[in-house]
Amino acid sequence: MASKGNKDRVLPGFRLTLGFTVLYLSLIVLIPIAVLALRSGELSAAQWWNTVTTPRVMASYKLSLMTSLFAALANLLIGLLLAWVLVRYRFPGKKMIDGLIDLPFALPTAVAGIALTTIYAPNGWIGSLFQPLGLKIAYSPLGITIALIFIGLPFVVRTVQPVLQDLEADMEEAAVLLGAYRWRSFRKVILPELVPSLLTGFALAFARGIGEYGSVVFISGNMPMKTEITPLLIITKLEQYQYREAAAIAVVLLLISFVLLLLINFVQRWSNRRLHSV
Amino acid sequence: MAGIATNPRAGESHADIPKHLTEPRVIRWILIGAALLFVGLIVVLPLITVLSQAFSKGWEAYLTALKEPDALAALRLTLLTAVIAVPLNSLFGLAAAWAITKFQFRGKNVLVTLIDLPFAVSPVISGLIYVLLFGAQGLLGPWLQEHNIHIIFATPGIVLATMFVTFPFVARELIPFMEAQGVEDEEAAVSLGARGWRVFRKVTLPNIKWGLLYGMILCNARAMGEFGAVSVVSGHIRGETNTLPLHIEILYNEYQFAAAFAVASLLMLLAVVTLIVKSVLESRMSGKRYSA
Repeated sequence: MASKGNKDRVLPGFRLTLGFTVLYLSLIVLIPIAVLALRSGELSAAQWWNTVTTPRVMASYKLSLMTSLFAALANLLIGLLLAWVLVRYRFPGKKMIDGLIDLPFALPTAVAGIALTTIYAPNGWIGSLFQPLGLKIAYSPLGITIALIFIGLPFVVRTVQPVLQDLEADMEEAAVLLGAYRWRSFRKVILPELVPSLLTGFALAFARGIGEYGSVVFISGNMPMKTEITPLLIITKLEQYQYREAAAIAVVLLLISFVLLLLINFVQRWSNRRLHSV
Repeated sequence: MAGIATNPRAGESHADIPKHLTEPRVIRWILIGAALLFVGLIVVLPLITVLSQAFSKGWEAYLTALKEPDALAALRLTLLTAVIAVPLNSLFGLAAAWAITKFQFRGKNVLVTLIDLPFAVSPVISGLIYVLLFGAQGLLGPWLQEHNIHIIFATPGIVLATMFVTFPFVARELIPFMEAQGVEDEEAAVSLGARGWRVFRKVTLPNIKWGLLYGMILCNARAMGEFGAVSVVSGHIRGETNTLPLHIEILYNEYQFAAAFAVASLLMLLAVVTLIVKSVLESRMSGKRYSA
């Protein structure tokens, strides 16, 4: 991290603060993650591949990806609606609603997990409404999706809200002058401006869903091949003292998260470039 | 990732929108109604459930569940964990933000990305990495056993896992905050002859105190509520290595629902207080930012 230009530094403490930052980061984050890669590398390539592709593990990836995807899609629509209503309209209790949006970030996941399970269990407030229809919510992939909708709620709202706030009224004004109807000006003028932030919020919610454990583990029922998410499978392997197998599955899960993060970075850079080229 | 939620301008009301740029009244009402319905269903209903279940067996049972020795032990461990993890991560956040916002150096972007890394890691993996490092079969396991040092299934492991999941909170709040404030104030202080620590204490700290507090509040909420990572390293020894969230899990799995929700209501209170303090700080910070 050494660099030129030291003489320009008027302020003190560069070496001390950067040194502490790098040391602390290495001890708490980088070295432990490196050990994960190291341990999963103790398996031979064939063993590794077999571990991460057994039918039970594959079923867990599929479940984790599908439930996270559906939850993120639901959050895309709900988040856009909430951001729109909070930025554009006035109504009583608006400030409180705005504050409540962040609750899923502040509420411990275990608390969310047991509350949601109680609501959507066959004898719960909402679960009992659907029970006669033969629809099981808790202990099914649908229940997992609902928990992930709860967890991912703030992401899209908080990425879209500031963009919507900064959106210039001029453009809309121009669209109206040109005779565009409200719905048309939303689709043609406003929505394209929101696409990068919608995508970012969607990807953040999706990534969060794939790794989520606490809010899901109570409502999922944890049946192998059916309602067993990948993070739970890692814990199961660990409890059976299969450390290397647990590490191998964890590496796959981490890779999925990193790909999503790269995607988010890419979207943000693309939208920045688009903004500056205008 | 959670940092995305911290938009200090959220909730600021937009100037009145001219009539021809808004929707007919009926559509507005439908949209507002749908939004309220979703917030009620997704966010408010779970809160009501926690309270109604917690008091389902009356006040007596509620208080008994909170005063039970295992619950008190869990509360103590949760507080201890937060008291260690939050200050350490705050110190780190201050150092990282100072280095990153006051100086130019190569690899800065990489450093910022690496600081955010724990947000991208599943909580379960955050616990797993320490088991792989310090567990009985871990890399340092044999050495630790020889010296009779317990990290996994003991308090140090719980603290470490909590430090990992809350690692970025303070840093990622402070970095944009200090970036926006620039270096002029500090440089002026230095040119007037002030030195290191004094510049920080007298010039920087008063400028960033609300931002720092904001990051610490969020860090603390997560530290006290973390479940997945702590669950992996704790070993679930009653009265010894259970934090409040783990205690809730045990009660729930033993079908002691009222007791589980009673303890859960404590953590819910923490969440609500966190949100209130957060919104107070947000209005303070945005006021400051615009008056500056």
